[in-house]
Amino acid sequence: MPLLVLNQERQVKMISSSIGIWNYWIVFLLMMIGLFLVIGRKNFLKKIVGLAIFQTSVFLLYITFGKIAGATPPILNEALDTVYSNPLPHVLILTAIVVGVATTALGLSLVLRINSEYGSIEEDDISAQDLVDYHDEIETSKKLKSKFVK
Amino acid sequence: MTDILIKNLPILVVLCPLMMSLFVVLISNAFISWILTLLTTVLTFILSILLFQEVQIQTYISYALGNWAPPLGIEYVIDKVSIIPIIIISSISLLSTIFSYKLMPFEVGQSSISKVYSLWLLAIAGLIGLVTTGDAFNLFVFLEISSLASVALVAMGAKKDKQALVAAYNYLVIGAVGATLYVIGVGLLYSITGTLNMEDLSNRLKEIDNNRALIAGFGFMITGIMVKAAVFPLHIWLPRAYSYAPSAVSVLLAATATKASLYILARILFSIFNISDDLIIITLNYVILPLSILAMFAGTIMAIYEKDIKRLLAHSSIAQIGYITLAFSIGSKASIAAGFIHMFNHALIKGGLFMAITSIGYYLQKRVTINNLSGLGRQMPITFFCFILCSLSLAGLPLTAGFISKLYLIKATISSEGIWIVFLILFSSALSLIYLWKMIEALWLHENIKKIIINENPYIYISLLIITFLNIYFGLDASLIVNSSEGAANTLMGFSK
Repeated sequence: MPLLVLNQERQVKMISSSIGIWNYWIVFLLMMIGLFLVIGRKNFLKKIVGLAIFQTSVFLLYITFGKIAGATPPILNEALDTVYSNPLPHVLILTAIVVGVATTALGLSLVLRINSEYGSIEEDDISAQDLVDYHDEIETSKKLKSKFVK
Repeated sequence: MTDILIKNLPILVVLCPLMMSLFVVLISNAFISWILTLLTTVLTFILSILLFQEVQIQTYISYALGNWAPPLGIEYVIDKVSIIPIIIISSISLLSTIFSYKLMPFEVGQSSISKVYSLWLLAIAGLIGLVTTGDAFNLFVFLEISSLASVALVAMGAKKDKQALVAAYNYLVIGAVGATLYVIGVGLLYSITGTLNMEDLSNRLKEIDNNRALIAGFGFMITGIMVKAAVFPLHIWLPRAYSYAPSAVSVLLAATATKASLYILARILFSIFNISDDLIIITLNYVILPLSILAMFAGTIMAIYEKDIKRLLAHSSIAQIGYITLAFSIGSKASIAAGFIHMFNHALIKGGLFMAITSIGYYLQKRVTINNLSGLGRQMPITFFCFILCSLSLAGLPLTAGFISKLYLIKATISSEGIWIVFLILFSSALSLIYLWKMIEALWLHENIKKIIINENPYIYISLLIITFLNIYFGLDASLIVNSSEGAANTLMGFSK
């Protein structure tokens, strides 16, 4: 497991600095900001923005895994003892970015449709409207409520 | 020729719906696009049957995508475990395609039919890919293909009811958060093992113990998949998404989408990680077991108080997912087999119930609530007959498929866990009779005030009849399901050793 060994070496280096690898702090911060926006905001558009930030933090997390301290970009060169950075996480993240773009696009188009149907993208407005509709349906059908067959 | 076909089956079963979805979107004629979709699902079904036969001989089929050798390249794995969800998905998608012929134009409008069927095939391709792949990251891609396609399908219900948009939106956001959590988990595992191939991952994880990244990665993966599988506290997206989607979409999603995710859950718990690991034992006993018991009761009680029938069935799905995860959480060979048996039977039962209820909705031309069901049982005897049989199967009466799964679940529970879980299972299935009776009472014993005359359409009830027949058939002769589920459990437990 070369990656594990290298990671351990990196951890030794990490302990020497008191805050550790600060990429991880940024990842953590972005992740929490994104997740907070998704959970805490009532505005549908802001939730999508939060989701995008949340996904971006994961991209950064993967890129950080791929970086090996003191390594060169993974382009083959003559020297035999070159340490290369791991290129695989970058490729994975290319895929994840495409998925993220698709998710954001679909989310935004849904927000557009919601706005044209409800005239609002605030969760409270929409659930109030839905509740009225739901009760109307139940109540109107209650008036038709039938008797038992005699 | 047949050799080439057999060799490439694992990829063909995914590629067939994926490629056809690109063709279908180009066709403007509604009927032709339906025919093409039907042909594709028939073909997928045939391919999956061939795969099933092949797996009985070879037990483990590995396909290197693009001819890159497995630990580095992406591997597609068909074994006795993954064949079960493949059969479920391909057979249900065939039946629901037949079912959708009359309902789809009525619900989404003639003009967008071909686009809907394109998404439909894309969702099927995503679900089959999800269970076929043996690569943890590739799994995420398929997870997103299937969930984005099903979000768009749910949103198609907006023509009938604008709430479908909000339901689709919630499904998208919650699903995307779940998938992202899964990716974080995969990333953490990758950082400590350096591999993404599931089998390789499980081999390398054995050499590592007491690593915090491993525990965190496991937690992220499990949580992400539990969101997708709608395990109890993470289920909020499900009732709305299923109840506002177009009818045929509800049938497809209710019967297949969560099953694929449950299969992934089993794969992570038992084949990537080791069942004898403390981490897994703690997760099973203190997380999944209590959540499943809560799910059984919460789902059933919510269903009892629900007036909207599609939502009622969705709540009952949450309870049924609880039975499946309960079976997994006990963690013995017999109970995992019981989980797979119930996975298969629940697809048949819930597919049948959703078909019956949504076809009533088609005749009524409005949302089906408990009050406007009254007296319809007498108007539409065939649908009602199928509905009764599927309900009995859900409640677990003898001679139905539901009985077999309850029987094996209880047998497995008695032999390994305390007797109190058996009582809880029996009690919650007795509670489920309340909401089933509520519907049957409205359908049969109430008088129809509006005097609606309904002529049942054979295009709609043919697939309902088939699925009901399967419910009864697998209740009488369950050997096929039981054998393949036991094979699956053996493979799953053997994989980790």
